[in-house]
Amino acid sequence: MPEPLNINVPSNVSVRDVSIGFGPVKVLQNLNIEVKQSEFLVLLGPSGCGKSTLLNAIAGLLDIDAGQIWIGGRNVTWSEPKDRGIAMVFQSYALYPRMTVAENLSFGLRVARTPKAEIERRVGRAVEMLKIGELLARRPAELSGGQRQRIAIGRAIVREAPVFLFDEPLSNLDAQLRNELRVEIKRLHQQLGATMIYVTHDQIEALTLADRMAVMKGGVIQQLGAPNEVYLKPANRFVAGFVGARGMNFLSGRLAGTSTAPLFETTGLTLPLAGYAFGQSPVIGQAVTLGIRPEHVTVGGAAAITAPIELIEPMGSDTIVWTSIGATPISIRLDGLTAVSLGEPLNFSLPSAQLSLFDDATGTRL
Amino acid sequence: MSVAADEPQGKPPQRFTAGRLLLYATLTISAILFVVPLYVMLVTSLKTMTEIREGAILGLPARPMLDAWIDAWTRACTGLTCNGIRVGFWNSITILVPSVIVSILLGAVNGYALAFWRVPGAQLVLAMLLIGAFIPYPVFIFPLVRLFAALGIYGSLPGIIAIHTIFGLPVMTLLFRNYYLSLPVELFKAARVDGAGFWRIFVSVMAPMSIPILVVAVILQVTGIWNDFLLGLVFAGRDNMPMTVQLNNVVNSTQGERLYNVDMAATLLTALVPLAIYFLSGKWFVRGIAAGAVKG
Repeated sequence: MPEPLNINVPSNVSVRDVSIGFGPVKVLQNLNIEVKQSEFLVLLGPSGCGKSTLLNAIAGLLDIDAGQIWIGGRNVTWSEPKDRGIAMVFQSYALYPRMTVAENLSFGLRVARTPKAEIERRVGRAVEMLKIGELLARRPAELSGGQRQRIAIGRAIVREAPVFLFDEPLSNLDAQLRNELRVEIKRLHQQLGATMIYVTHDQIEALTLADRMAVMKGGVIQQLGAPNEVYLKPANRFVAGFVGARGMNFLSGRLAGTSTAPLFETTGLTLPLAGYAFGQSPVIGQAVTLGIRPEHVTVGGAAAITAPIELIEPMGSDTIVWTSIGATPISIRLDGLTAVSLGEPLNFSLPSAQLSLFDDATGTRL
Repeated sequence: MSVAADEPQGKPPQRFTAGRLLLYATLTISAILFVVPLYVMLVTSLKTMTEIREGAILGLPARPMLDAWIDAWTRACTGLTCNGIRVGFWNSITILVPSVIVSILLGAVNGYALAFWRVPGAQLVLAMLLIGAFIPYPVFIFPLVRLFAALGIYGSLPGIIAIHTIFGLPVMTLLFRNYYLSLPVELFKAARVDGAGFWRIFVSVMAPMSIPILVVAVILQVTGIWNDFLLGLVFAGRDNMPMTVQLNNVVNSTQGERLYNVDMAATLLTALVPLAIYFLSGKWFVRGIAAGAVKG
């Protein structure tokens, strides 16, 4: 296996108070983010949230209006992309169509007048890592989508940059290839030890790849944390709805009881919140939304709620059944082997330790 | 499986409607309007003057002869000299080749800069080019004559090449700009990350991808410059008069009997270059326009 080369080069990325606007539209305002050495950071968000803008600004492909960008302890705010110690992989692969794969891989090195032996060594290493030897003489038009993106990743490896930037690299590929290359990118990160910043709107990619992920919306980072933390303790209603393959269940209601023994109250349900870790002391009477993921609903046992099954979605490994609390539909994940039938009454409860509660006024987690 | 007799099946019946008829009639009339003059020119150029004087304008020549063509090429009089239209042909070539190369090269670089680099004032330059592309030539002629006279290139080969470059630039720039805008911008970004600068990206990445639009540009410029009369007359100077101007002299300044067969032959000879361009590049022309229109 090729040895990691970049592990000793400082490669932390620091975005400080960066603002970017296109005319009157402010895409990013006073944005701050610190990416640690060798970290895999995923920027996740819907289209138009500013994640690609941020990545292009880090790459130096976009001028920023205010703030600074530091890479590896150097202020590179005004540096050319080539002088920032970055390599980049794009959604549309961006391979030079009139060059062969070998020429594509070595273009940057040839521009930099790297000695021939060194070019050969670096290209050879990328070829070995990605197993693309048999493609070297071909043109991009003669390659499949997955092969093209592999070459584009190879072109980035050849730069031997301490920082890798990925701009939705898998979005143009079909599901099968996406899974394959996702694993490959993760392996690459482990081998190279480079700092990687990865933009995507696919929350599965974010959860599987990230050391930490930043969920963005409207140019603002909504939550920055480890995938598990973002998944289990979403910072607000938006993050809760956006992250997770199956949507979180939401129930509108209000806080009742006393501040020492609060209850969640909605039509057809009163739920004690003894196990919920409040981030701020509960205000009784406050309008809140309760969120719970389908797999956190417990079925059977000392059940609190009984309701008939209205819809069944078999997924192979597991089965999603739909029922309702009051008029709100609730999805519940069951083991794929559980036998269920339509109309059958289901006993379930919502364990308060796994809930999320959001303030209706601000949307933030309580 | 049985098929009900009254249900539609197989090929739909071909209908010859009134609309179709009108369409074919219009096409036929248009074709005749273009073909008949060409036919008359061709047969007249192959006749002797005696035969022309008989007046059967649509008749085929009794004995087709190339004498008029040879006369037009080598002996026809353009004003005082009688060296034929070939002088104009070589003048036109001398003007054409550098003008086409320079105007396309500058247009491509301009279009590339406007499409990819945030040039300060790019919008203004673009607006001026658009206006420039639509203002009629004659408006500029007098000021340019004065300017070129002051620069000392009025009535010279560099002068006429500069003129064709100037007048070709707006359309060439817009053509290349729009083509480059249709290419994925990530290609440009990738090249910048790879460390390539303005010229390196143009030469190594963009130029090799420009063949389709280059073909369109060559066709537009070759036909445009070859067919030019006014600019050549005003700016080329007496020694560099292009073929179109020489043709006009052949046709209009003949003393005595008008040699229709020579005039026709000279006209056909002059039209040969643009005709050849269209016939040889028809496929490329369409492909080029399509390539410019389709993204990716």
